[in-house]
Amino acid sequence: MNLNPPDLIVILTAGGVGLVAIGAVGLAVSRHLLRLVLALGIAESGGNLLLVLAGYRWDAVAPILTGEAVTRPMVDPVPQALVLTSIVIGVGVQALAVALMIRIKEAYGTLDIRELKARVELDICGEAGITPPQSSDSPRPGQTFPVPVTVRESA
Amino acid sequence: MHKLASLLFAVGLAALLMALAAHLPLGATPMAIGQASLDRGPGEIASANIVTSVVLAYRGIDTMCELAILFAAASIAGMVLSPTTRSGNHAETKPRAPAGLVLRAGSDLLFPLLLTVGFYIVAHGHLTPGGGFQGGVVLAAAFFVSFLARADRLPKPAALILMEGLAGAAFIGIGLAAMLDGGPFLRLLLDKGVLGQLVSAGSLPLLYLAVGLKVGAELADLLAHLAE
Repeated sequence: MNLNPPDLIVILTAGGVGLVAIGAVGLAVSRHLLRLVLALGIAESGGNLLLVLAGYRWDAVAPILTGEAVTRPMVDPVPQALVLTSIVIGVGVQALAVALMIRIKEAYGTLDIRELKARVELDICGEAGITPPQSSDSPRPGQTFPVPVTVRESA
Repeated sequence: MHKLASLLFAVGLAALLMALAAHLPLGATPMAIGQASLDRGPGEIASANIVTSVVLAYRGIDTMCELAILFAAASIAGMVLSPTTRSGNHAETKPRAPAGLVLRAGSDLLFPLLLTVGFYIVAHGHLTPGGGFQGGVVLAAAFFVSFLARADRLPKPAALILMEGLAGAAFIGIGLAAMLDGGPFLRLLLDKGVLGQLVSAGSLPLLYLAVGLKVGAELADLLAHLAE
C-alpha cells in the first residue's frame, strides 16, 4: 500500500481523535474504577498523538543532527518536548490513581462506582450523625400504609 | 439511554475535533519558536538532539517543575500506600510463593542488561533519542524485575529516597551554580565541546543524569509500594 504523506496525516489525525473519543466513551460508560483509569490513559495517548502531529511536517526529518550536512528541514522540536513532559506527568497521575484505588478496595471491598457512591454517602451520614438522605417517596420508619380499598382499572 | 447519550457525545466530540483539525495546516506547520530552536540550538547548546536542548536548556525550569510534579505524585502514592497509615489488619503482608526457575534465571540475565541499557539511554540523551526520563524508567524496570523474582531483593526504601533527594538537589544545584556564575538559572555551564561527542553540550548530560537517577528511584519506590 502506497500512501501519500498528506493521506498519512489524515489517518494519524483520525487515529488521535478516535483515541480521544474512545477514552471519552470509556469515561462515560464504565462503572469500574480501573476501567476509568484505563480510559483516561487512552484519551491521554490520543491527546499526545495530536500534539505531536501539530508539530509534524511531512517533508521533514527528526530534529537530531547526525553529523551529515542538513539537507532537509526538521520537524518542530517544541511539541515533542511538551509531549515528553505530558507523558511523564501522565505516568505520575496514573500511579497516583492506582494507589488510591488500592486503598478504596481495601476500605470498601469494591471498585464499582455506584456501590461506592452509596456506601460513601452512608459513611458520611454516619459520621455526621444524620439519617441518610432518602427519596421523598421512600417509606419513613414507623409509617403505616393504608390498605388499598379498590384497585383502579387502567383506562 | 445513558450509553446512547455518551456514544452521541463521543461522536460529536470526534466530529468537532476533526472539523478543527481540518482547518489546521497539519503537515506543514508554521514554526516560529521551533525554527529558532532548530537554528540556534546547535550553536548555542551543541546538543545533537535538539529536543534535549529544548527540554533542558530552553525550557529547563519547566522540566524542573515536571520533576516536582512527579515527586509529588510519587510521594503521595507512597504516603497513601505506606503500612503505617493503613488499618492494622492489612499491614501484615502475606508471604509470596517463590518464583519459578524461568523467572529467576530470566531476571538474573536481564538485570545487568537493563542497567546497561538504562545508563546508556541516560548518558546519550543529548545525542540520540532518549534521555533521563526514558532511561530512568528502564533503570526502575531493572530493579523491579529482580524484585519480581526474589521478594527479599527489594532495594532499601531509605536508599531510594536518599538517591532521589540527592539527584533532585543536584539538578537544582547545577541551576544555582549557573546563577553563581553570573548567568540566569539553569544556564548552560562547562565547555560546550564538539557537537556529536559524548562529552559535549556542557552541563546537559549531568542534568539528564540527575533526572535519570531521580526518575528511576521514584519509579522503583512507587512500583515497590504498589507491589506490596
